This record gives sequence, structure tokens and C-alpha cells, in this order.
Amino acid sequence: MELLNSLLFDYTLRTVALGAATLGIVSGALGSFAVLRRQSLLGDAMSHAALPGVVIAFMLTGSKTPVILLVGAAVAGWLGALLMNGVVRNTRIKEDSALGIILSVFFGFGLMLLTFLQRNPDARQAGLNSFLFGQAATLLISDVIPMAILGTIVLLLVLIFWKEFKLLSFDRDFAASLGYPVAWLDVVLTSLLVLAIVVGLQAVGVVLMSAMVVAPAAAARQWTDRLGVMVFLAALFGAIAGVGGAMISSLGSGLSTGPVVVLVVSGIVLLSLLFAPNRGLVWNWVRQQRDRRKLRLQSVLTNMYYLAEQHDDMAHPHAVTVLQAMNFGQGGVRRSLHVLRERGLVQESSSGFWALTAEGVEEARQLIDSRRAGKGGDR
Amino acid sequence: MTERRFAIEVEDLTLAYQDKPVLWDIDLHVPEGILMAIVGPNGAGKTTLIKTILGLLKPAAGRITIYGKPFVAQRKLVAYVPQRGSVDWDFPTNVLDVVMMGRYGRLGWVKWPGREDRELAMEALRKVGMANFAHRQISQLSGGQQQRTFLARALVQDAQIYFMDEPFQGVDATTERAIIQLLKELRAAGKTVVVVHHDLQTVSEYFDWVTLLNVRRIASGPVSQVFTEENLRLTYGGKVAFLSKTAVSQSTPDTLQPASSGG
Ligand SMILES: Nc1ncnc2c1ncn2[C@@H]1O[C@H](COP(=O)(O)OP(=O)(O)OP(=O)(O)O)[C@@H](O)[C@H]1O
Ligand SMILES: [Mg+2]
Repeated sequence: MELLNSLLFDYTLRTVALGAATLGIVSGALGSFAVLRRQSLLGDAMSHAALPGVVIAFMLTGSKTPVILLVGAAVAGWLGALLMNGVVRNTRIKEDSALGIILSVFFGFGLMLLTFLQRNPDARQAGLNSFLFGQAATLLISDVIPMAILGTIVLLLVLIFWKEFKLLSFDRDFAASLGYPVAWLDVVLTSLLVLAIVVGLQAVGVVLMSAMVVAPAAAARQWTDRLGVMVFLAALFGAIAGVGGAMISSLGSGLSTGPVVVLVVSGIVLLSLLFAPNRGLVWNWVRQQRDRRKLRLQSVLTNMYYLAEQHDDMAHPHAVTVLQAMNFGQGGVRRSLHVLRERGLVQESSSGFWALTAEGVEEARQLIDSRRAGKGGDR
Repeated sequence: MTERRFAIEVEDLTLAYQDKPVLWDIDLHVPEGILMAIVGPNGAGKTTLIKTILGLLKPAAGRITIYGKPFVAQRKLVAYVPQRGSVDWDFPTNVLDVVMMGRYGRLGWVKWPGREDRELAMEALRKVGMANFAHRQISQLSGGQQQRTFLARALVQDAQIYFMDEPFQGVDATTERAIIQLLKELRAAGKTVVVVHHDLQTVSEYFDWVTLLNVRRIASGPVSQVFTEENLRLTYGGKVAFLSKTAVSQSTPDTLQPASSGG
């Protein structure tokens, strides 16, 4: 409640929340494409690669204006992606190794520059460290506005080239055979990813920004089988994680935002892995149990039918023990009988003896017929 | 009868991955309106050949024309069915959506598929017997259904030449027959169909033209003329026991027997 209050009336907090929401939406949406194209590692490499760009931009201009630093970050991240492409194309080094190389070389170089700056008695670089793990509290409205503009442009481009990006992500060769310049589209999509990462760097930091690229998309994938919904959900999850993380870290004194954001987004991923319908683990377990119970009911019912058939009397009662023997290894016969009785399909004629009702006979006959008709239909 | 035009012409095509030549000095003249099989052992370069003709790979040398003009100018005349395993079938989309991708080439940039495209896609799905699966998630398709989805996608491209990379891979006998029926209908409509094929037994039954490939072009022409034991031996090396029955016998067919079956 207090949080909501400050969110509404505290100007600083509102700015921070706005920035965090923007970065969450943009990285979630672009991250969806990265995840589907199996480029999660690319996001990681590029966000790490941005660090030297930030530091060099500061060294060149002496300014700590985020916009300038982020231009440096974008250039460096983009250079990293380009270099990686070159390495993969022109050497025998595979993609994952190339990513590792680019990531460590750029990041290492960035750290080195940072340390170098720190040894100089120039206090102005103090804020740069926050680019490592992010400090959402440092966001000013003058930072958030360019972020929002950039983010809107990125999202608009995704919308305009939606069909092309979808085709590129699903079947690159086919897209090429239709005449789409896939290499060029690759560059555009990768550049948009770089921009999405840059938007979030100040608040989340280079080390953990890749989590904002991968995690919301991975969580969203759990809930849907449609690309549009996935991108939307990823943006939503990203926004939740961003705002949540920024709020918590701004309220606690001096907490870095990146780790908190990652904690929140991990929570979302965990919930999605467990509870998403169809794909979630819990859902699967429940469905399995339900299927098993249904099968057990059906098998008790049809067994009673077969037994009754042998007696030429459909109302002939059978001992539970006989049914248990027929359903050997499946257990739960007694419970199944009670469930069937609730549905009016069987009745207990005397203690321990059960018979089919008229409806039960009908139901069993239909079951057996549909099984004979053959495993027909799909599923 | 009018003189036959060449749908596809390939001259002196050579392609290498790094320093390893995969296609060597290939010449190919494919007349219009035929059903052609490309056969050859694994790694022979069949997929590579198709991809090169489609402009997906850059050859080191050679010339490729479609109806006398470079591929780039004739793109709309060509449809492509990639090898089924080349995409991620867990991609979040449904069958109808995949089939509509075949319309993207005609739609061009930015424009979204409309009702007409949707109807064409449904029509194609009916042709391949998949109408009931239009809204099925692609991750829930069997191999044969995936194959048919790809086939429908190629059909909505409404092309003159169809390239298909192993459309029979992993499909059952019924589906295989349905597909071959479809290909024959395409041929009857004057289209040219090029199919990478692995089952040597059915070559003479299904196709009227065949290209035998193993890095080099071993032979290419009407099945009755070039699908010979001699050529098969050149293509597959020695291990082709069952061929004597399937190949068109030219000379004494009983000198060939090594044990294992290739392919
Ligand atoms: N991207 C690549 N880089 C390097 N070598 C490759 C690449 N793609 C294919 N090759 C090699 O080129 C050769 C031809 O491959 P191709 O896929 O064209 O064979 P294929 O005839 O289609 O085989 P299959 O019957 O297994 O589909 C193979 O030896 C393969 O190892
Ligand atoms: Mg192949």
C-alpha cells in the first residue's frame, strides 16, 4: 500500500518505474525473437560487450550523461555482434566459442578500463560502476524520455516487419528462397536486440541484462503457442520484473537493481515452468493423474460388462475381489466403484458385490464400440 | 509436338565448403513438365545442389538459369520444400500460419496476408488431406503431417517448378502414395517437379527423369536410359546388392552382388 502510494505520488519513484517498465517491455519483446532463434547467448555476449563502449564514451567526452554513454554501449555491442559474425563466417570457430571469446575479451577490456579510471584521482567516474550491476535509482526523467522514444521505435519496427521476422525466425532458408534479404534482416533484428539491451543497461547493468532478454521470453513461451501472444506476454513479464526490481532496489538503500530484477524474473520463470497450462510441470502431473483415473474407471466398467456378458445377465453382481483380480496392478478398484456409483453407472447389490445399472451397461457398450471402431480420429 | 523448353539449366557448377568440394562441375538440363528424382548417397550434395539452384548458397563457379533467365529474375516461378528437419517444429505457430508463409513471396514487404491468402492456404491443406489440422499447433504434428504441411506451403506458392528435399522421409506408405499422386497432378498441369529421393526401388515407378549425383553428376536423363546398374554402381560404389532388380537392365545383370544395402 505504501509502495503504491509512493508510486503514485513520488516523482522520482515514478520516473524509475517508467524507465524500468520501458526496458522490460522492449527487452521482453525482442528477447522472444532471440530465444526462438536460439540466440540467447548472443544477448549475453552483446550486453557484456557494451561495457567498454560505456567507459570509452566517458573517457572521450568526460560526460556522464547516460545518453552519451549508451551510444557508446550501442556501438560496442553492435561491434561485438558484427565481429562475432565475422569470426564464425571466416574461421572454423563455432558460434558458441565465438560468443565466449567476444564476451570475455570485450568485458575484460571494459573492466580493465574501469580499473584504470579508478586508479586515477578523478572522482567523476564514480557513477560508471553502476553500469556493472545497474542502479535504477539513478534514472532521471531526462534518461527515461530517450529510453521511451528509442523503445517505441524498436517496437514499431518489430510490428512493421512482423511477418518478415516471423518467417526469418521459423525458416530462414525458405525466406531466402522467397527473395527476402535474410542476411540483411538478420542484421536488423540483431541491431534491434542491441538497442533493446542498451535501453536497459543503466538500470539493470551489463552483467545481468541478458537475463531480461532470455527469462521473460522463456517464461512467456510456457503459456502460449502463438507468437503474438508470446511476444506480448514476454513484454508484460519484462515490465513486471523491471518495475518490481526497480522499486525494491530503490526502496532498500544502495541495493543494485540488476540482481533484484533477476530475482523477480526468476520467480516468474519458476511459476511459469510449474503452473503454465499444457507445458507446466504441475499441469502435466494433474493431467496424468486425471487420465490415469479415467482409464481406471473405464477399465472397471468394461470389465464388469464382460463379466456380465458371460453370465447372460447384465444385472449380475460381481465380487470386488474378482474385479480387483481383473484390474491387477492398477489398484483403486473400490474407489473407482464408488465414483461410478455416484454417476449412476453401478450399484452395490449386497456388501462387496457390484452390478452394472442399465445406464452403466449402455455406457460400457459405447466405450467398447468406440474402441473397436478403432483408434480412429486424431489423438 | 512443340520443342521442349528447359525449365532448369545448370552449367559447370562447382561449389566447395571451405576447401572441400561438394559439387564438382555439374551440368544439368531439365526439360519442362517432368518429374525428376535426384538420387545419391548421404553427403552426395543433393541438398547442396538444390540450395545452390535456389540461390541460398554461392557457387565457386557455374551458371544457373530458370527458363533461360537467372534465378533472381524468376523467383516467383519456383517453390521449395526444405528438408523437414531443417526447422524447429516447436516454434509457436499453427499449421495454417505455416502454409500461409508460402504466400509471403507474392505479398511482398510489410503487407499482411488477407482472406484470399487464407482461402488459398485452406485449399492447399485440403489437397494434402490436412484441412482438419489447420489450427493444430505444429509441435503436435507427426512426421508425415509435418511433411504435408510443407507440401501445402509449396502449393500455395503457385509456381512452375517445385524443388522438394526428401518429401518421403519418414512418411508411411499411404502418405507416400498420396504425395506421389499430388506430384503427378502437378506434372499433368505442366509443372516441373524435382525431388530428392532415397528409395531406389521406387524410382522407375514414380519418376520419368533421374539425376544420379555424387559430388559429380554421374548421369542425368530419362529413367529408362540412365537408371542403369552401371550408373548406380558409379554413384553408390560397390554396395548395391538390390539394384539388379530395380535398375533398368542393359547388359548382363548378374555380376553385381555385394552384400549390404546402401542408401
Ligand atoms: N554448412 C556446411 N559446412 C560444411 N560442410 C557442409 C555443410 N553443409 C553440408 N556440408 C557437406 O557437404 C556435403 C554434401 O551435403 P548435402 O547436405 O548436400 O548432402 P545430401 O546429398 O543432401 O545428403 P543427405 O542424403 O544426407 O541429405 C556433405 O559432405 C556435408 O558434410
Ligand atoms: Mg540432404
